[in-house]
Amino acid sequence: MATSTTTVPNASPSAGSRSFISRLKDGDEIARIITFLFAASVVLITILLVLQLWHDSGLARAKFGIKFFVRQVWDPTNDDFGALTFVYGTLVTSGIGLLIAVPLGLGAAIFLAELAPQKISDTLQFFIDLLAAVPSVIYGLLGIFIVVPLMRVYVQPALKGTLGFLPLFQGPPFGVGFLTAGIVLAIMVIPYIISVSREVLLSVPRDQREAALALGSTRWESTWKVVVPFARSGIMGSIFLALARALGETMAVTMVVGNTPTISASLLSPGYSIAAVIANELPEASGVYLQALVELGLVLFVFTFILNGFARLLLVLTTQKGSGMGHV
Amino acid sequence: MNPRLRWRKFVSNFMLTLTGVCAAVAVSALFFILGYLVYHGGASINWDFFTKLPAPVGESGGGMANAIVGSAKLLLLASLIGIPIGFFGGIYMAEFSNSSIASVVRFAADLLNGVPSIVIGIFAYTVAVLPFKHFSTWAGGLALGIMMIPITLRSTEEFLHSVPRALREGAMALGASRWRTIITVVVPAAYRGIMTAILLALARVAGETAPLLFTALGNRFWSPGWNQPTASLPAMIYSYALSAFEDWHRQAWAAGLVLLALILIVNIFARVILARGTAVPRS
Repeated sequence: MATSTTTVPNASPSAGSRSFISRLKDGDEIARIITFLFAASVVLITILLVLQLWHDSGLARAKFGIKFFVRQVWDPTNDDFGALTFVYGTLVTSGIGLLIAVPLGLGAAIFLAELAPQKISDTLQFFIDLLAAVPSVIYGLLGIFIVVPLMRVYVQPALKGTLGFLPLFQGPPFGVGFLTAGIVLAIMVIPYIISVSREVLLSVPRDQREAALALGSTRWESTWKVVVPFARSGIMGSIFLALARALGETMAVTMVVGNTPTISASLLSPGYSIAAVIANELPEASGVYLQALVELGLVLFVFTFILNGFARLLLVLTTQKGSGMGHV
Repeated sequence: MNPRLRWRKFVSNFMLTLTGVCAAVAVSALFFILGYLVYHGGASINWDFFTKLPAPVGESGGGMANAIVGSAKLLLLASLIGIPIGFFGGIYMAEFSNSSIASVVRFAADLLNGVPSIVIGIFAYTVAVLPFKHFSTWAGGLALGIMMIPITLRSTEEFLHSVPRALREGAMALGASRWRTIITVVVPAAYRGIMTAILLALARVAGETAPLLFTALGNRFWSPGWNQPTASLPAMIYSYALSAFEDWHRQAWAAGLVLLALILIVNIFARVILARGTAVPRS
């Protein structure tokens, strides 16, 4: 047993000079193999997930090809499918969500990181973390019974009254629709933007602020012209993360978007989204119909994969630039 | 003070106040949500809600006992899949792996963590529902379990890494093998953090609805065993909220309140009590 002093913790196991048999005897090799199997199963599940999505959308991919993305038709009785309306709905609702969530979230993050005393900042961040834990079906519930009636009775008529000449705000006020879904999505993703942006802003070195203030800038100027640009790529990362969440969000959108496949310039019009159509139609689908829905799932997977990858890259870049920031 | 400076100071104060307003709006959303659920759901929570089956369609009354039990069963299955894979995988990552294998596993876990829950649902549907031609508790548990894996794995790895090197060296100097060191010294030292992460992962999947819609489906009766469709709280909220009955809306609010209360209590317990002194990772 005295030989075990030769192994160095955290070094690769092969660095130990003990024989395979002795490592097997005191359980190290067995433990290594068992834990390896668990770790490998994560990779296996991930590969299986991708293969399954690819394989089960094969028929639809072969039948519709690239045209799948530019066609509006969605006709289960004749097995004729195109994804355009759903992709449009997903992009529009997520876009509206970000338009609202980014200024609000960034503002709140600036307050938490730059202005609020440590104690208050930590307390508020705790509430923000709790907000991020609220399940999406609860947002959907509040969306149906509070946001939709509010939109129908007050917001949409008001928008039509004042900005009704724009094509964006035309058509009857249904309550449900792109705008409503976007607003609910905004409330959902704000906590993610705040948490990540706050951490990125906190990692900006102190001397950046001090230098700006010493040159005579006001507190806001040092924040907006020095600190925020320094953290720019990290903030972009938080926005990409939020966008990935918004694109894949199912419940809240399904409950308030109206579930009507339309492409309309009007934000008041009911629409549909990729996740919503999967949620509504997958259980009854079979054959090419099912495969078209799985292909929509594959599209969602690729979207979020790319966005998450970008976000991670940007966050790593800021981490290296700033002082030591924890893992995000 | 010249007018230019006065203007700059005014802009500074105005914008900084505005950021405070943003923070206040964001945080107040939490209390708004809680308040509304208590207001609408509080009145509808009674003994029946926890003990009775849903009433037949069209009748009022009844409860969601089956959904509460169903959610518990789904979470049990999810834990049986998610916790061992995440925990032991995390041990491998932190203690045994070389960097190239570790980066592959880390990549897979991060990828899995970013997959929208509905896509996980499609996966569970194609591997655990279609081949057997029926919806089941198994399939729902599988979907939720897969969602738990990456969170548990990454946090286990991180908390094990944060255990001071001196502790390992101490144990090994006393003659303990690597494996004994891990289970008797390293894991206990990181125990609070790992427990926190597992509880947060459970709280997160407890509210997931999308992957259950076509795996566990739903059920208006008890679901015996594990091989049949089962009701769950989030799926009940969804279907009741979209229904046309006033009484079901009332019960959807009640279910929402119960679900949110459970999730927030677990979150607060994990973050405040269990995680004292440890940095809680954010998913």
